[in-house]
Amino acid sequence: MTQAAATVIRRQIVVEAPIERAFTVFTERFGDFKPPEHNLLGVAIAETVFEPKVGGHLYDRGVDGSECRWARILSYEPPDRVVFSWDISPQWTIETEPDNTSEVEVRFVAETPQRTRVELEHRNIDRHGPGWQAVSDGVADDAGWPLYLARYAALFKAGG
Amino acid sequence: MVTYQASDGWDALGDRTRRAIVECLAERPQAVGELADALPVSRPAVSQHLKVLKDAGLVIERAAGTRRIYRLNPTGVAALRDQLDMFWSRALAAYKDAVEQPTQERS
Repeated sequence: MTQAAATVIRRQIVVEAPIERAFTVFTERFGDFKPPEHNLLGVAIAETVFEPKVGGHLYDRGVDGSECRWARILSYEPPDRVVFSWDISPQWTIETEPDNTSEVEVRFVAETPQRTRVELEHRNIDRHGPGWQAVSDGVADDAGWPLYLARYAALFKAGG
Repeated sequence: MVTYQASDGWDALGDRTRRAIVECLAERPQAVGELADALPVSRPAVSQHLKVLKDAGLVIERAAGTRRIYRLNPTGVAALRDQLDMFWSRALAAYKDAVEQPTQERS
């Protein structure tokens, strides 16, 4: 297992749409396609807002009006590129220390006027590392991480 | 819950030098000497810090000849990566569906 490979996720997908539409759907309708269990609020999400500017946030607004700002917009260059931070800790809470956050870059490349390649890179995942420690401390060293990570994985599988 | 143990763990990473060591090891596995060269602390100090990090389960070591190479414990990193990988697979598949829907503006 190589450490470098574990710290970056690269994905790409080709969509049958002009680059402008590919970019617009990604940013304006993020809440429509992100997996529904991605929710740190205590209530259902009414809408997900992608503020279209550097310094803005990606945030969820709950049906009760509560908000969860889980990403900062670091670059916003329509229709070519967007970069945002991933401010969610392994404990599934908002990470307030920027040094402990990873980041996501999404690039849009026109293959033809009607087809766009979307390249996604989620990098610096190891920056979340210090957070694991707090969770594993309460348990024996060997048991701590696997136990905790199994629970973390269950959050993704729980659905709804 | 076990607050005393938890605070011990926070101490392990509350130290600036230990955070720097963890960051160095995130780049690549390294020996004590390499870490000492990269950081403004002595080799014995690096060894002490590494012992604390190792006891906390954050780094692991292996022997390479006469040297001991330290690296981050990859278990946690790899598991987190797998979960995020799954997240993005699902998100992008749903995104493709959304972007390729017939546009309503034309109707």
